[in-house]
Amino acid sequence: MSADQDRWGIPGTYVFDLNLSRKGYAVNKMCNSLRYAENREAYLADEEAYMARYNLSEEQKQAIRDRDWLQLTRLGGNLFFFLKLGATLGHGLYPIGAQMRGESYEDFLKTRNVPEAT
Amino acid sequence: MAKIVAGIGSSHVPSIGRAYDQKKQADPAWQPLFDGYEPVKRWLEEEVKADVVILVYNDHGTEFFLDRYPTFAMGVADSYQVADEGYGKRPLPDFPGDASFSEHLANSLVADEFDMTLCQEMALDHGFLTAMPLLWEPGENEWPVKVVPLLVNVIQHPLPTGQRCFKLGQALRRAVESYPEDLRVAIVGTGGLSHQLNGERFGLINEEWDKAWLQNIQDDPKALAQLSHKEVMTAAGAEGGEVIMWLVMRGAMTEQVKERHRFYYAPMTTGMAVLALENEGNTPA
Repeated sequence: MSADQDRWGIPGTYVFDLNLSRKGYAVNKMCNSLRYAENREAYLADEEAYMARYNLSEEQKQAIRDRDWLQLTRLGGNLFFFLKLGATLGHGLYPIGAQMRGESYEDFLKTRNVPEAT
Repeated sequence: MAKIVAGIGSSHVPSIGRAYDQKKQADPAWQPLFDGYEPVKRWLEEEVKADVVILVYNDHGTEFFLDRYPTFAMGVADSYQVADEGYGKRPLPDFPGDASFSEHLANSLVADEFDMTLCQEMALDHGFLTAMPLLWEPGENEWPVKVVPLLVNVIQHPLPTGQRCFKLGQALRRAVESYPEDLRVAIVGTGGLSHQLNGERFGLINEEWDKAWLQNIQDDPKALAQLSHKEVMTAAGAEGGEVIMWLVMRGAMTEQVKERHRFYYAPMTTGMAVLALENEGNTPA
């Protein structure tokens, strides 16, 4: 368990506090810019150039290249913001969640009361 | 004199808004949810007849970014736009505000030591939008009520305490009751119930906790207000911590309340709930 988690001590949980927010600020700022269509187009046209503009760390860039949402969370990415990146890339909330749980999307849906309510 | 005539607790899950826009009211997976809100909507329309709604919500990085995120903010304008969160603007009318009422609330709250961020412009995202059309039927271009958006930071810790939120509700009641016009005011606290959207614990729902919350918010809100964020998040998920916004609503009601309707449904990743309360007696919470 990372030091960030130790501050709160809730297993499997990354509480978005000022420490994590500062760590992930560049990621969240970049993701937030993707609420505009022209920025989404620019992102898709050249992901590396777009990430470079926002000064992401190499670790953060790699998590994004890998579409590794759990790692991005650990590095300060906040789901409310990186959902906009997910939407740009065609990754929805529930598949992102399944990946963070370490499950296939199909297995994740089996754990839900009404999996049709998406 | 203005008075608070209804208190509502409601989830603001964005998938509800999508289902509403896609007209899934009769879809078997969604019908229970829409049916669950229907009696509340009818009660609000036929009996409550509110003029203004104070709706407590949080912004999700749409209008406020982390560069300067307010702990409490309130709209003081005559109109509020429907925001585009990056997925297209929802087909809902923009909202009429009540600037004079908002101005009175602002003066009263600040005099009461709640130093709000006051906003002349505020585009509203799903935190605000989701519950509105389930509670009040929009027309083509208008709403049957005016609104006062009241934002609480529940996305970046430190969040205000539950106790602070409850006290804000109490201050809101004093503010409403000192407004000379005969306004009928409804207050809606949104968010929750249990859910977690980050980490390996994504998808956590705690139905037992949610059901207890729906009862205790009526009978013993002061005990709920004493819970630490860690206690709430451990039981109800990291994002479930946003239930503190219900405490603003509850603090604005009377000490005793009467339940008019309650509905709970946990289909996917959030305990979705609506709770309708009316005041009982005159003793403030």
